[in-house]
Amino acid sequence: MSTNDKQPDDSRASVELSELNLLTQDSDIATEPRTQQQVDRVQTEAKSQGRLIRERFFRHKGALAGITLLILIIILAFSSIGYAGIPGWWDKEYDVLADRFNEGRPTLTLWPFSLGEHPFGQDVLGRDYFALTMRGTQTSLIIAFIVGLVAMVIGTTVGAIAGYFRGWTEAVLMRITDVVITIPTLVIAAAVAGIVARAGIVPFALFLGVVTWTGLARLVRGEFLSLREKEFVESAKSVGASSARIIFRHILPNTVGVIIVSTTLAISGAILLETALSYLGLGVTAPDTSLGKAINDNRSALTVRPWLFLWPGAFIIGIALAVNFIGDGLRDAFDPKQTRVKQ
Amino acid sequence: MSSSTVVITDEQTPVGTGPILAVSGLGVEFNVDNEWVMAAEDVSYEIRPGEILAIVGESGSGKSMSSLALLGLLPRNGRCTGSAKMLGNELIGAPQSTLRKVRGNDIAMIFQEPMTALNPVLTVGEQIREAIEQHTELSPADAKKRAIELLLMVEIPEAERRYDSFPHQFSGGQRQRAMIAIALANDPMLLIADEPTTALDVTVQAEVLELLRTLNKRLNSAVLLITHDMGVVADLADHVVVMEKGRIVEAAPTAQLFSSPTQDYTKQLLGAVPHLGSKVGGVLTDVEVVDGRLQIHEEYAEEARVAQESQNASGVEPALELVDVDIEYPGRFRQPPFKAVSGVSLTINPGEVMGLVGESGSGKSTIARAVTGLIRTSGGSITIGGTDITTLSARKLKPLRKKFAIVFQDPAASLNPRLSIGDSIGEPLLLHEKLGREELDTRVAGLLEDVQLPVAFRNRYPHELSGGQRQRVGIARALSLRPDLLVADEPTSALDVSVQAKVLELLQDLQRERGFACLFVSHDLAVVELLASHIAVLNKGRLVEQGSTEQVLKYPRDPYTRRLLAAAPVPDPQEQSMRREQRSVILAAGSEE
Repeated sequence: MSTNDKQPDDSRASVELSELNLLTQDSDIATEPRTQQQVDRVQTEAKSQGRLIRERFFRHKGALAGITLLILIIILAFSSIGYAGIPGWWDKEYDVLADRFNEGRPTLTLWPFSLGEHPFGQDVLGRDYFALTMRGTQTSLIIAFIVGLVAMVIGTTVGAIAGYFRGWTEAVLMRITDVVITIPTLVIAAAVAGIVARAGIVPFALFLGVVTWTGLARLVRGEFLSLREKEFVESAKSVGASSARIIFRHILPNTVGVIIVSTTLAISGAILLETALSYLGLGVTAPDTSLGKAINDNRSALTVRPWLFLWPGAFIIGIALAVNFIGDGLRDAFDPKQTRVKQ
Repeated sequence: MSSSTVVITDEQTPVGTGPILAVSGLGVEFNVDNEWVMAAEDVSYEIRPGEILAIVGESGSGKSMSSLALLGLLPRNGRCTGSAKMLGNELIGAPQSTLRKVRGNDIAMIFQEPMTALNPVLTVGEQIREAIEQHTELSPADAKKRAIELLLMVEIPEAERRYDSFPHQFSGGQRQRAMIAIALANDPMLLIADEPTTALDVTVQAEVLELLRTLNKRLNSAVLLITHDMGVVADLADHVVVMEKGRIVEAAPTAQLFSSPTQDYTKQLLGAVPHLGSKVGGVLTDVEVVDGRLQIHEEYAEEARVAQESQNASGVEPALELVDVDIEYPGRFRQPPFKAVSGVSLTINPGEVMGLVGESGSGKSTIARAVTGLIRTSGGSITIGGTDITTLSARKLKPLRKKFAIVFQDPAASLNPRLSIGDSIGEPLLLHEKLGREELDTRVAGLLEDVQLPVAFRNRYPHELSGGQRQRVGIARALSLRPDLLVADEPTSALDVSVQAKVLELLQDLQRERGFACLFVSHDLAVVELLASHIAVLNKGRLVEQGSTEQVLKYPRDPYTRRLLAAAPVPDPQEQSMRREQRSVILAAGSEE
């Protein structure tokens, strides 16, 4: 579909000639260095918005690495020990006690590569630490993504409606937000989380999402307040676009950067919040586990059995980094001004 | 330094007749992505004492950068080569400490936007005093005395009281005067004025230009004037240097450059500047200045008015009719609402172009927005094609929106940065005609061709286009539904003159072809004259005058219209110097009101 300037088609050549003309006549310093590149990229066929975004996302190397890492972690965590009754390829359970082998040291060796009996070692009770870490990763991933999703949906909706419609709608919504902000998360969690957490990790994650959307709502509202005064919004109004169209098609895409950055932070934050609550005994409860709980359980073992600390830690860092890189890539992909690809 | 320097006297002129500043082979480059991009190359000129040299060029011509380079004020990624000698001392490559002594002392600068160039938390007087104290050892009391003298010199009334005012308490013109006072604080030998009047209204611009001229004569300092406005050049400059894409195209004395330009680019540039009065044959023809007083021949105006009325009698349904329109911006807390427009009535017949002219704050953009249903009116009626839109609900208004469209002033802000050009143009079609993908694509392609843009542009985003191209997209979007009425809100004021000329030509062609009525809002009378058959003049929310273009330009009846016409600079030094006397009399008459 790319047509370059050697095309022996007269009409196209003349179009390009006039384009070159326009560029030289209308351009300024900022755009001049790109002129040649722009002319080379002549495409006459219309491309959909989604395809342009996808193309830009896959040109972002950091995002590509991030999404690969995240997918690998997800596959590893769910295929190894299985999920919800479906068995995985790893033969040990995370909640079965056994004798400790070689003081529970990891049997993983890289050269020659061999997993051994307990690749990540065993904890003090002799449970297989690989299975335990995998189970923790599953829990943490589920919690983090549900929290991120819930916070994003509630925060964006509240912020967008408050910022766009102003007036009493805004007053009511923002006062509710203020009230939620003033309640310390840990206190409300102490009161409610214990009950919710017993119902399972999904209700627990939903609950965390319901108390952490406030920051995003305020950010999105701020963005809407400034964007709704822009001329392109007036321009959309002048051609008769509905409020919904203006919000979703015109303003929201311009706030995607803020939403995504803030959501990735919320996801990383959710992992930490879950850790803190589990530590207080209010989050994930034994025999179930999460990465945060695994670290907390073994926090005294740092000097004697560092692997109990190291493996869950490595997975937390891996997940958080991958999520942040993906967020970076998404933000750039949604921003049409990003023409150059980050190395 | 003795205290005698506090008083500015005419004998203080620099001695010697050699050039104050001699620039030769100056080049400026910027490092963009590890590549050096040329911004200016081989720039050479000389300025002598008492001379005003104008550097003219469109955006990106390197006119500002080559001047910033003189003071070592380039951005970090810039470098410059060549030579610039200030009274024999080399400036290029001089250490920062030397340059700091030169800046503000030997060479001073006046910036374009006086609001951002003044510090909002310091009083104007303190900022002038600061400039004095930087370079002299005057006591604070003496420095204050001198600051008040400077304020008097730039004709700020009640200088002693205004010394303690903050920048926001000054009007735009007064702020620019204060900036000039700061620049003159240390009797600079050279004043660099970078677009000194671009942000000002035309009547204020005329006053500031007048001030610059008298100061230049009085202080005998040289002025380097950087501007894009040929009218300002014709009014002020002795010599002109024309720059294009970083190179000097032509340099000549002002009169010679305007009467017989030798280079194609200069001819093109001069040809692109709209010349007030060129279409109707002169402006203010009924005004005569006799012994420094105005004499107005009323009989011409009367004749024109009678002719106008007989023409209006035809019984066509107007494309747009405003009757006694009031528009208020609601007040907040205990502030009263602000009345932006009051009692405006005007009529545009189908196929007619009406120019709506006024200075900033006159309410012209407010009217444009009310006509397109973006702002509610608080009184009167707006009738478009027989339907009063002021009483309609948003839902009933929607189908009517096909009949009118608006082109905005700033093409960069009026296009959604996240929508491709094709999507932006196609949006009205999608909303009103519910077209399929394929049909939409063909229509968009057709519209792009109508505004003379390559079809390939549909996948581009607004930031990839230049200003003129963006405005073409804005026009294509507005015309996509073939409206009967087009409202154009200063569509060319953000563009360079040569681009403006092309966009205006396009608008004219499309208007002739499609025959829509047009409300053309502008502050520039010369542009309006090119396009409009009728003109309405707004002042502070009230319509002071309306009539045919010829009538308003030649025989204006309202003193405000006269002031606007007299203040507008004409790109012709001879005509401009003839008009100068008339201008000062008319402006003086206006300020007495």
